[in-house]
Amino acid sequence: MTDWLLVLAGGLVGAPLRYLLGVDAKFRLHSVFPWGTFAANAGAALVLGFVAEGATDGDLGNRLNLLLATGFCGALSTWSTFSYELLTLNSARRLGLAASYLLATVTAGVGLSFAGAAVARAVF
Amino acid sequence: MAQKMRLHRHSHPDHHPGVQLPVVVAVAVGGAAGACARYAAERLWPTGTFAFPWTILLINAVGCFLMGILMVTLKLRFPGAPRLISPLLGTGVLGGFTSFSHYTDNVRQLFDNHQPGYAVSYLVLTVAAALAAVTAGAFAAHFAFGRSYAAQGEAS
Repeated sequence: MTDWLLVLAGGLVGAPLRYLLGVDAKFRLHSVFPWGTFAANAGAALVLGFVAEGATDGDLGNRLNLLLATGFCGALSTWSTFSYELLTLNSARRLGLAASYLLATVTAGVGLSFAGAAVARAVF
Repeated sequence: MAQKMRLHRHSHPDHHPGVQLPVVVAVAVGGAAGACARYAAERLWPTGTFAFPWTILLINAVGCFLMGILMVTLKLRFPGAPRLISPLLGTGVLGGFTSFSHYTDNVRQLFDNHQPGYAVSYLVLTVAAALAAVTAGAFAAHFAFGRSYAAQGEAS
């Protein structure tokens, strides 16, 4: 039961944070590039790399993983909105922008995941 | 952030989309439900650290497919739907169900576990599956509501 509540709590915070990042980026930058989703995905990749590598010990580690990794990072990051944004850019004949967006997100995400894990290894 | 947004709204009253609390709540509730659904799938079909992460791959593909259906259906069939439906189901449920960070962390762990073949194929296969799924979903909804797919030419 506690497990589900931890995932639920993480999701309750992660998803609206992604939404707010999107709104904020849209009116701050006025860009076609979806900076909000990009920031949410990149940030979640960094945090999840850190948590997955750092919170490995016993019961506390398990709970931190459910709250922060499965719940918070999982809901903060997204593939569905990301893919729909790519489809929208493609439909608007912004294929170059779509390709850059895809490449930038995947590269930054994988890179930051390694970075987060490296920081966790250095700290713990 | 709220403080900055308030200041910004005063300086650019025409451009600010506004942060509406009901929308934030809808996204939060949907996101929590989506995250729990993903957790349920991970418990039902666990993949070990050294195995190919099929569960997360399928979660992401299914979420992209449903997002394609949802967004096009709302646009073509229910343009007058309550304004909280899209934030609740799209940004919330499907956004919370799919996870980009789990994807990147799976890639990292496969590399760290000396399985570069798995890592690269998972990396590429997820991108291909997500793009194919969202396109198929959007196409299916266009087909179902009798509009040609090519008619969707505008950016949102």
